[in-house]
Amino acid sequence: MKIPLTLKKLFRRRIVLAAGICLLVVVLVALLANVITGYDPNETAVRERLSVPTASHLMGTDELGRDLFARIAFGGRYSLTIAALTAFGAIVFGTLFGLLAGFFRRLDAPIMRVVDAMMSLPDILLAIALVAILGPSMLNVVLALVLVYSPRVARVVRASTLVVRELLFVEAARAVGVSTGRILWRHILPNLMSPILVQASFIFAYAILAEAALSFLGVGVPPEIPTWGTMVAGSQQYAHEALWIVLFPGLAIILTALSLQLLGDGVRDLLDPRLKKSL
Amino acid sequence: MNSPITSSNDPSTADTASTVSITPRLDVRHLSTFFDTDEGLIRSVADVSFSIRPGKTTALVGESGSGKSVTSLTLMRLLSRTAATQVSGQALFTNRAGETLDLLALPEPAMRRIRGNEIAMIFQEPMTSLNPVFTVGEQIAESVRLHMGLDRSAALAHAQRMLELVEIPAAAQRLHEYPHQLSGGMRQRVMIALAMACNPTLLIADEPTTALDVTIQAQILELMRRLQAETGMSILFITHNLGVVAHHADDVAVMYAGRIVESAPVRELFALPRHPYTQGLLACLPAQQRKRELAAGEVGAKRRLYAIRGQVSSPLAPPPGCAFEPRCDHALAACREAMPALESAGPHRSARCILVRETATVPALPVETA
Amino acid sequence: MTRYLLSRLMGMLVVMALVAVLVFVLTRAASGDPVTVLLGDQATAEDIARVQKEYGLDKPLPVQFGYWLKELSQGNLGQSIFLQRPVTQALWERAEPTTLLALLSLCIAAAIGVPCGIVSAVFRGKFIDQLLTGFAMLGASIPSFWFGLVLMQIFAVSMGWFPVSGYGDPGATLMARIHYLVLPSTVLGVLNSALIIRFTRASMLDVLGEDYVRTARAKGLSEKVVVLKHALRNALVPIVTVLGLTVALLIGGAVVTETVFGLPGVGNLVVSAVLRRDYPVIQGALLVIAMIYVVINFLTDLLYMVVDPRVKY
Repeated sequence: MKIPLTLKKLFRRRIVLAAGICLLVVVLVALLANVITGYDPNETAVRERLSVPTASHLMGTDELGRDLFARIAFGGRYSLTIAALTAFGAIVFGTLFGLLAGFFRRLDAPIMRVVDAMMSLPDILLAIALVAILGPSMLNVVLALVLVYSPRVARVVRASTLVVRELLFVEAARAVGVSTGRILWRHILPNLMSPILVQASFIFAYAILAEAALSFLGVGVPPEIPTWGTMVAGSQQYAHEALWIVLFPGLAIILTALSLQLLGDGVRDLLDPRLKKSL
Repeated sequence: MNSPITSSNDPSTADTASTVSITPRLDVRHLSTFFDTDEGLIRSVADVSFSIRPGKTTALVGESGSGKSVTSLTLMRLLSRTAATQVSGQALFTNRAGETLDLLALPEPAMRRIRGNEIAMIFQEPMTSLNPVFTVGEQIAESVRLHMGLDRSAALAHAQRMLELVEIPAAAQRLHEYPHQLSGGMRQRVMIALAMACNPTLLIADEPTTALDVTIQAQILELMRRLQAETGMSILFITHNLGVVAHHADDVAVMYAGRIVESAPVRELFALPRHPYTQGLLACLPAQQRKRELAAGEVGAKRRLYAIRGQVSSPLAPPPGCAFEPRCDHALAACREAMPALESAGPHRSARCILVRETATVPALPVETA
Repeated sequence: MTRYLLSRLMGMLVVMALVAVLVFVLTRAASGDPVTVLLGDQATAEDIARVQKEYGLDKPLPVQFGYWLKELSQGNLGQSIFLQRPVTQALWERAEPTTLLALLSLCIAAAIGVPCGIVSAVFRGKFIDQLLTGFAMLGASIPSFWFGLVLMQIFAVSMGWFPVSGYGDPGATLMARIHYLVLPSTVLGVLNSALIIRFTRASMLDVLGEDYVRTARAKGLSEKVVVLKHALRNALVPIVTVLGLTVALLIGGAVVTETVFGLPGVGNLVVSAVLRRDYPVIQGALLVIAMIYVVINFLTDLLYMVVDPRVKY
């Protein structure tokens, strides 16, 4: 009788564990691309083009005979880097403005109006417009996505700041004469770590998906850079002959995004079990 | 007193307990509710037996965590139906037609016909017990339509009569108002109206006045008494407030750590409590404190109020013998050996204590501590 | 109530004003020059200057902004540089496919999401719940372009049940149009149902734990009535919220899906406009989309009043 309940608890944690391991595996494969796959992702072999997955080419080859597994592993470096940088930037930027809006009453309305304005455009469209201005490059895609996702973080951080601000120990610190900057940095910020961590995980996942979509549309990174998105974009015309060309990069995206979201969920559960699971 | 309240552990004597016995409205026998949790088996309700006479009020008294609410939810079969919940025992209910049914053995559709119809329940928190998105009238009418088959307008008319019955002013207008437009006391009246709508024979009231102001409490209790007199329904009144019990109950059953430790008619219980826990409870009342001071001739001296020493044991680590033993001033070595059985302690009385069994005299009232 | 409406209107105007500035700055700050793109590499300096003057691109930025605002107030979104017609007309022509796509997708997403969320909540912890929750997480991790390509390959190319791309001939019937929209709206509908499932489940779980649900059961109501009447009505507010969010997500999602399936909609228009630096179209489209967002948010808030009698503005 007792077993199902306990199993469920373990199961939840086990899934989070599995997600973490999955992510680790993805990162490792990307880092050690050459070693693991044994092929040069750029080495073309026209005679073997569009070959079905076999023992020698685990995921088959693309239209130029390049080993797909190697391309995906190598491409992972770019996709993951872009997404990670985006998450980092969005957190830093968003936290800064969220803190300011939540802590200083007079800054609250103006900052949040700008946040509202930025969030009144769909993510993809805003990203497209930004990349169009900045020009297509890896850095610009990161910048654009940072701008797209910062408002989200700002909203969450602001909400949490509003709560933490009212807690007694902040009042106590003020009464003792601690400077505002120090209060923000040493007292308020540490209490925001759990929602921030959760957001970081989700934004990482969103960024992977967004970069892929942008690259697919041709408004992301230049097509020479082999991210998972550009791979699909470049090969989609051969999809009817060789679906795996499109299938495997997509699976890589799904695996990474899913692991990240499961991790984010698990972290949220762990750090605040009372929190309602709404997103 | 005609009908038996006590129930002995010996089933063969159940029917012959008294010469003229009116069938109790509800006869609970050896009810147990266990919860199988990750941390262990929690015996929320263990071997609880009591009965409620028709037209009378039985109070189920105990502190928080004693299992009183779980008992009522078990009787109504409102506990969440998970595999971790184990219920055993019988709850013999005599309905309007005179048939006796075991509530715990009924199939769910039959139980649903009884809920809100023959047996109604009101809860502790009137502020949150009504659905905020439906009007008060709709919620009462829903019950009426379900059990009495009336159409919409007839049901609403009936609902209005119920609101008037519970003395809500401007009932016709209130009918179309939402719960958030009413005060706490009003909402509890609505809950009572809802419960009475189908003319139940048994009303289970789980701490109905605990969350209300003292003045409103008195009004609600008076209302319930009047309704009982008018309809002849029985009431199972769950409370931790001995004052309420003294004024409104006919019979009392005291619960401690999931078990009944004493049951008696109300006057006898207050005049002569037999179980040490009951004695402790009564001694805590400030009025009792004054009585003792008067008796000892120490009027005006500043004394501490009596409190039962210790705390209720954790449900996961119950004492080996009597559950009250760690806190009992009269405990013997034998008390630790085995849980005493609930046995007769006089006419229509029972108590779960070996001292009651062994001595003919009543144990002394608790000693005052400085 | 009127005070609330007025204050909301003011708020909306402020946001729209900010969006206007944002949109203008974004498009104007581009590093590419549309005139060069339009005229090609062979254009002479005079040609460039002439076209620039024609479109007012030679004036300083603040002046251009002023002109644009003036025209906006007259409902004029400007003239597309590449399509040789007013932006408003270009948008209008392409509104139908996008709107139909969004509506169909919303229906599919809600039809899948809400019931699954309810089932998930009622059978919490059981296998079906884990399955549905897992499906919801998966749905939020699948790139829509990939899903579109895969579905297209399986159902359109291989099995031939649906057309591969396009929207049908001009003058085609509604049913024919829908035939073209089945695959794209399935893509968007299924993927967006994920969020709806999660929100619905969370909201139902909250409500099912409330006291009034216990009261409903104590009245002798069947579990079906308790869940679908008493619980669901109270769970609607977050569900309405997520449905509003979904409309917004669908507008964004349409961009990618229209590209994959070759639908002549607004999303497609924006992408090509961006690639060609067609400022007026980019600005106009972004502005209109932002306005739709803002209006939908407002309507969602009004809808709360209908759903929950405690909400009064």
